[in-house]
Amino acid sequence: MSVKVMIPTPLRVYAGKRDSAEFSAATVGEALSGLTNQFAELRKHLYTEDGKLRAFVNVYLNDEDIRYLAKESTPTKDGDTISIIPSIAGGSSETAD
Amino acid sequence: MSEPLELWITAELSEKIREHGVETYPYECCGALLGTDHDFLAYDPNQESRKISRGALSLFPLVNRRDDSPRNRFSVTADDVREAEKAATSQGLEVIGWYHSHPDHPARPSDYDRDHAWPWYSYIIVSVHTGMPRDMTSWRLKDDRSGFLPEKISLMKGSAAD
Repeated sequence: MSVKVMIPTPLRVYAGKRDSAEFSAATVGEALSGLTNQFAELRKHLYTEDGKLRAFVNVYLNDEDIRYLAKESTPTKDGDTISIIPSIAGGSSETAD
Repeated sequence: MSEPLELWITAELSEKIREHGVETYPYECCGALLGTDHDFLAYDPNQESRKISRGALSLFPLVNRRDDSPRNRFSVTADDVREAEKAATSQGLEVIGWYHSHPDHPARPSDYDRDHAWPWYSYIIVSVHTGMPRDMTSWRLKDDRSGFLPEKISLMKGSAAD
């Protein structure tokens, strides 16, 4: 079962400049593990130190945000496409109003 | 030892970023930098052509989605990122970074900026004090996420493809 993972521009530098990679995976989590196993430098930018997807990392299975499916346990089928879409945040001080 | 980081931008675009920061003051402004990350010819203010590697050639101003704390936070949703990428593609460019303002704070990245940053992108910060634009700086996240590397901002007059 082959699933394509689209790699966002800011992470391609850690993936041999590739914009996608294919993995055999039964769930979204397995596909993302395939990605971070093949390109280990990606891992710290996608996951926190305790292994959770970072808040500004958005993962879509085809066009569906996995937060509204079964998150990383969402099952995949042959030919699915997983997209990693950044959201961007920042600010001037350490504490919000 | 890697080469020093440098971001080229036209004087007109850098002025537009400052204007956006003034317009939204005392709230943070934000937007995307559209440009190229491969070698192309640019002309510096002395009219000398020079091959450069990263240049911002267009802006995609965005609405700050942080309604709860817009004075010291900005947020760009995944949908906004997709719109910025579409706008870049339609101009033959790519999203090379992001800009935002720091109202009444220095143009230096905070720990919050670092915690939420992506690698590779250029992050321009413009400081706006009491409604007046001050310093503008640019930064790129270190590979190990421990901090930012400063990126020199160079002004160019125009550009031409190789």
